Amino acid sequence: MTGAEILIDALKKEGVDIVFGYPGGVVLSIFDVLFKTPEIRLVLTRHEQAAAHAADGYARATGRTGVCLVTSGPGATNTITGLANAKLDSVPMVVISGQVKTTVIGSDAFQETDMAGLTRPICKHSYLVQTVESLPQIIRNSFHIARTGRPGPVAVDLPADIAMASLETYVYPEGPDLASYQPPDRGNSNQIRKLAAAVRNAARPVVLAGGGIIGADASTLLMRFIEKTNIPAAATLMGLGSVPDDHELFLGMAGMHGRVSANNALMECDLLIGMGTRFEDRVTGDLNTFAAKAVIAHVDIDPSEIGKNLRTHIPIVGDVRSVLTDLIEAVDPRPAGDWNRLVGEWSAAHPLAYDQDSEGEILPQYVIDRINHWAPGNTIIATDVGQHQMWSALFIRHRRPRAFLSSGGMGTMGFGLPAAMGASLGCPGRPVVVISGDGSIQMNIQELATCTLNRIPVKIVVLNNSCLGMVRQWQELFYNKIFSKTCLKERPECRSTCSGHRPDCPNVFWPDFVRVAEANGVAAFRATRVSEVDDVLRRGFAVDGPALMEFRVKKIENVFPMVPGGKPINHILLGEAP
Amino acid sequence: MTDKHTLLITVANRVGVLARIAGLLSSRGYNIESIIGWRTENPDIYQIHLVTFGTRQQIEQISKQIQKLIDTIKVVNISHKKGYWIYEFALVKVQARKGRPEILDLVNVFGAKVVDITQAFVIIDLSGPTQKIDRFLDLMKPFGIREYIRSGHIAISA
Repeated sequence: MTGAEILIDALKKEGVDIVFGYPGGVVLSIFDVLFKTPEIRLVLTRHEQAAAHAADGYARATGRTGVCLVTSGPGATNTITGLANAKLDSVPMVVISGQVKTTVIGSDAFQETDMAGLTRPICKHSYLVQTVESLPQIIRNSFHIARTGRPGPVAVDLPADIAMASLETYVYPEGPDLASYQPPDRGNSNQIRKLAAAVRNAARPVVLAGGGIIGADASTLLMRFIEKTNIPAAATLMGLGSVPDDHELFLGMAGMHGRVSANNALMECDLLIGMGTRFEDRVTGDLNTFAAKAVIAHVDIDPSEIGKNLRTHIPIVGDVRSVLTDLIEAVDPRPAGDWNRLVGEWSAAHPLAYDQDSEGEILPQYVIDRINHWAPGNTIIATDVGQHQMWSALFIRHRRPRAFLSSGGMGTMGFGLPAAMGASLGCPGRPVVVISGDGSIQMNIQELATCTLNRIPVKIVVLNNSCLGMVRQWQELFYNKIFSKTCLKERPECRSTCSGHRPDCPNVFWPDFVRVAEANGVAAFRATRVSEVDDVLRRGFAVDGPALMEFRVKKIENVFPMVPGGKPINHILLGEAP
Repeated sequence: MTDKHTLLITVANRVGVLARIAGLLSSRGYNIESIIGWRTENPDIYQIHLVTFGTRQQIEQISKQIQKLIDTIKVVNISHKKGYWIYEFALVKVQARKGRPEILDLVNVFGAKVVDITQAFVIIDLSGPTQKIDRFLDLMKPFGIREYIRSGHIAISA
């Protein structure tokens, strides 16, 4: 068998059913084998970055490992953003890139780039395959590394001559040969007992659920734990969906754009149990004041996360599923009390709200709220990055895990559409909606063609405020309203008449998203008035195939609640500028 | 308090492992004072001895990050541990047109060896704890040190 045949056989043995890719010189032999392999669907994206994000979205939605196959040089480097994105959000992914022949590596050959070197700091692991004999074990190891422990992306760089070399006897290895890699499994039972005792003694306990709960498929266990103990739970952006947001113990998202109830609970608690979260700065704000009165318990599978950002009193290293299973056994039932009443009052006092004037401009929050109405219950929502992302995090009804796909750590604009494609292909029959902005959607808009030609029925919502809304918001609040390059209608002559965002701007919206969509064979609809919103959503969701729905929304609209960066997370702006 | 720390890192002997560790430290803002490595009696296992600076918490964090690398078997910070011999090796080229007998006396006192000797200079091979090397270099300064190279820390448990 050739290296290419071994690779594809290995992918089949790993249960891979879809590969997102883009061909090129050094991977032709692999694409040739894939052409004759009906078991694996090869989806041609229009850019390698989209292939990487699609593999990522596939992995987030299904829990399986996403796979991406690209050529050397630019093909490989175009996946870099996707790899870094998957690393920061702990998404299992294997990216296979072609490489020039081993005989010319190091000679700056055509389309040569040191992919193993480039990916080292942004992947969980990376390989340069140096012999065809080592290929089967490397693929076996790559999938093992990607999906075990703290999941993450693995890059495999495969030189062209190795893909074409033959190996007489090939057996796919049964297991990895990684003596040095032993991810933790069960948490230390003494530590778990200590946490159970802390729960017993706490008057104001709170759980912070991170993406690790979703990644470990531990949502049901988390709910059993909080229901047994009546501990209220907040979620990070990555943890949304771990507890349904209509659950009486759920406080909402915490952090920079978190709910008042969630942020207050984190600040006032006397026991904080972080689970599968890395206490990132967008969640904690000022670390010195964050949960300052609390005993901190931190459950994470990655020992290097414990104590990295936040002081920790009860560290528990382990798989959160197994830790929760043990913890549910170890804790005593605990009735709801004053603390539950207090957080309930915070929730009631600060509901999420917006004030849509039926004759006024469309509010983005209103559109998102109406998506809740029109999208079926099992819909998967993907977002891009910016204001629409935070509004989606706040206003979408999160009812189940793996149904809200968003670039958390990297904040990658352009993630949404390809991630939605991956999710749609991975979960056939489930509706998938991308909520995007006019800035983000343009970063991978070429994928409209992929959607049409591959019959990927994603529904694309573009909240078009003709600007980079989140950056504009920061300029308004923190940069004296100097709106440097956040207007997407700006032309050179604007400089003399406009400081950024004139209400009576005569320039047209750019581009015309409806025409862009239609040029790609995607059904497209536009709402410019409040009265049209429902109609556009109804028509868009009724399309049998991909559809783009553009909403011309109010430009000067800020995301609140908001905690300015680096401030304590109970210093919350609720509406007005400071 | 920022301190010097010696880390003994045992890794699988795989391509790029040294680059991974060096890259990890630089990407997280640490400077490497010295790094030295060689395969162990088991050719599949490689031993790296690395010296860096940081607070106890910082070193704990970077040790965990190194431990997290797929190829890392073990990381031990021996700086505050008893029961390790921490040694350095040095080669020192000293001007020797004058004061040759005194230089050779000091070589003897320090248990060093002369590797090469010419009219112009003596090349000395010296090993021992860091303080001993520092002291020897200090004593050689008046004669004129042309050049020297130190291995950085290598260590072995007692």
